[in-house]
Amino acid sequence: MALTVTVNGSEHPVEAAPEEPLLYVLRDRLELTGTKYGCGEGQCGACTILLDGAAVRSCITPAGAAVGKKITTIEGLSRGEHLHPVQQAFLEAEAFQCGYCTPGMILAAVALLNRYDHKLTDKEIIHGMTGNICRCGAYGRIMDAVRAAATMSRSTVDAKS
Amino acid sequence: MPRADREAQQHEVPRLQHGFHVVRRDFFKLMGGGVLVCVAAGRAFGQESAARSGQRHEMPSTLDSWLHIGENGRVTAFTGKVEVGQNVRTSLAQQVAEELRVPLESVSMIMGDTSLTPFDMGTFGSRTTPQMGSQLRKAAASARAVLTQLAAERWQIDGASLVAENSGIREPKSRRSLTYVDLTHGQKLMKVIPADPPLTRAVDWKIAGAGIPKRGGRAFVTGAHKYSSDMAHPGMVHGKMVRPAAYHAKLTSCDTSLAEKMPGVTVVRDGDFIGVTAADVGAAQRAAGAIQAKWDAPQQVSESGLFEHLKASEQKGSEDNDRIVQGSVEQARSVELTSIQQTYTVAYIAHVPLEPRAAVAEWSDGKLTVWTGTQRPFAVRDELTNAFHISQDNVRVIVPDTGSAYGGKHSGEVAVEAARLAKAAGKVVRLVWTREEEFTWAYFRPAGVIEVKSSAKPDGTLVSWEFDNYNSGPAGMGTPYEVPNQRIEFHPSDSPLRQGSYRGLAATANFFARESHMDELAHGLKIDPLDFRLQNLKDERLRAVFQEAAERFGWGKKQPEKNRGFGIAGGIEKNGHVATCAEVAIEHGQVNIVRVVEAFDCGAVINPQGLRNQISGAIVQGLGGALFESIHFENGQIQNAHLSGYRVPRFSDLPQIDVVIVNRKDQPSMGAGETPLIGIAAAVANAIFGATGVRLRSLPLAPRGMPASS
Repeated sequence: MALTVTVNGSEHPVEAAPEEPLLYVLRDRLELTGTKYGCGEGQCGACTILLDGAAVRSCITPAGAAVGKKITTIEGLSRGEHLHPVQQAFLEAEAFQCGYCTPGMILAAVALLNRYDHKLTDKEIIHGMTGNICRCGAYGRIMDAVRAAATMSRSTVDAKS
Repeated sequence: MPRADREAQQHEVPRLQHGFHVVRRDFFKLMGGGVLVCVAAGRAFGQESAARSGQRHEMPSTLDSWLHIGENGRVTAFTGKVEVGQNVRTSLAQQVAEELRVPLESVSMIMGDTSLTPFDMGTFGSRTTPQMGSQLRKAAASARAVLTQLAAERWQIDGASLVAENSGIREPKSRRSLTYVDLTHGQKLMKVIPADPPLTRAVDWKIAGAGIPKRGGRAFVTGAHKYSSDMAHPGMVHGKMVRPAAYHAKLTSCDTSLAEKMPGVTVVRDGDFIGVTAADVGAAQRAAGAIQAKWDAPQQVSESGLFEHLKASEQKGSEDNDRIVQGSVEQARSVELTSIQQTYTVAYIAHVPLEPRAAVAEWSDGKLTVWTGTQRPFAVRDELTNAFHISQDNVRVIVPDTGSAYGGKHSGEVAVEAARLAKAAGKVVRLVWTREEEFTWAYFRPAGVIEVKSSAKPDGTLVSWEFDNYNSGPAGMGTPYEVPNQRIEFHPSDSPLRQGSYRGLAATANFFARESHMDELAHGLKIDPLDFRLQNLKDERLRAVFQEAAERFGWGKKQPEKNRGFGIAGGIEKNGHVATCAEVAIEHGQVNIVRVVEAFDCGAVINPQGLRNQISGAIVQGLGGALFESIHFENGQIQNAHLSGYRVPRFSDLPQIDVVIVNRKDQPSMGAGETPLIGIAAAVANAIFGATGVRLRSLPLAPRGMPASS
């Protein structure tokens, strides 16, 4: 069965059942492997993507539910060589160790920053990010990176979709 | 048993081999011309342990490391170590650049590839920095000497007056100079260097010692980095295993007919090994689900009887028994002293690396190549060699920088499984374990029971110390305190669950028991816990980190607020000196770690930025095992094999963390991946006592908050 998904601004017809997790459609059919498998039950956030700008867990999102919506993966965040401000902030804060959680963390942060108009408090960052696990424990630097990204101009933080 | 052997055993080292299959001609074909410098192994730790266990291999030219300076000036260093997030790709390159006097950008690291890199036992035991770092520094310093000699020959002068700097050799007197490119051009020179060349002192470091960002960081923020689980090959299919219903289960019947009828599915049945391959993950899962397998599992020890079982199943007379004896604890018992006897326990916990075990296996002309995230590529190569009865020359294991391991990726199950499936399917196979498989079919940090009996004089002087560890392991079980009479023993037991290496090994358990007990003694004697420790402590470096941590924390300067408590713990492990202070708040019976100050001394610091990341990460990981992580099991089955049932630290658990690095440039550089983790559990337990007067003696301390009776 074919369905069409819109990923990072392009339409892709894929041979997949509507109930197939979006994670595997992205990783194995479209070779967008920046989106990671971590638990398969929406508990760790490694598979986080943006669906119409909101952070969702692609491992528990059926591909059919994404049809007609705009999917943004980590590969679609930078503009050519120009990193998204949240990516830049993660890089500058060195907010990772093994880096496996990083794409999911960055997309969760992008969605979080897009949700608020005011300067985020630490409580709001923790509340917004606590569904994402960094097993290396780089939470402190990730907080630093999100705070740094939050101070950048609003217009540059909007995700491309 | 000597300490090195003991550790090697804990890491299940099968035997020693050297991996230098790339002969000189092939090497230059691969890398192009230039200068290749090899450092011959000294009496390294690995050789000693292999020799003692009677498994010495013929090693006419065992090489620990080598590096190549190409005709284009590129420097390539080769090491069997792997990068799992501990940032050694960066810190090792820094050390090479430092000794060779080249910019960091011109150094590439080839790591963890059994066909290209020297044999290495594995990336564990905090040995990359002290051993591989020093090996690569020697190789680079030797290469610098070779290049200096080449310049001297070119100029027909004595080399002693020449200076290496900025990727070249300069003669100060004549002001003439030659770049490394000039010197390596047209060369195919291989030097094997057995000597210990003089190394640059840490106080003179310019590139080593600097807080340089992780190399290739951009690939991690763009999602471009390919982990094993991301590797794809044309025509690749996906694997899925059918697992037994419980540990030690035997297959009694198996019907694969439904799965075999599915299009594009290959079913592999080989003894109790059952697996499938299919075009995509979903199809593989459906095919595996269609297989009707029945298993017969024996009755097994459950969690409720664990600690009794560990004590009752002590394997007396085992050669793994480990013992430290000094003075006479029996005589000390007869004197009238403050004496305490207590039992501490630790649960099994899981590593939970966010990237589960994964492998991509490819057979081509009888040769097998496997990409997999492992800490021990050469051991995995041996597993594959044994499993498929092929020679080492026909197996290549490549380790892409991996999504963490923490001691949990020493073994090669997933590589063997993927290779078996690939052999049957005749295609490249990718196999990624599910989180449930990772929780069930990997291995755990050992559970254990630790009994401590001690005595001290009324003035706080320690008199005796008896310490018996059942099952959790001997690492870090000695005491750094001065005790005239001590008996410290590790007793191996029968572990109901498969157990193995975990970041810090048993040092977390042993530090927890020792530092909790020291706290109990201090309170019993009515002496401040820090004063009590310092009173019984001579080691200057440990004293220094205790004092640094206490100073930054404000220990003794102020009293905790209501429902809050302070705790302190510390010790020495793997030549790292650590002291940890914690502040906890008890709110509605829940334990909240508010603040942690940790002082750490691992000698001369190679990369302070990476080190801070390691230390704060270790504290966060350690607080999980301290407060709430625990594997639940019943009759051969894991009850909480999901992240929804196994809690790991999250953002909401993050305390304020203050790291104090004690940079001892006069001391050799030591590893930092493990020891920063092992003080937190005791510091938190001691802080909980401070807050509530309740002494918790089991890890995890408060999985569901404070016990009801408190």
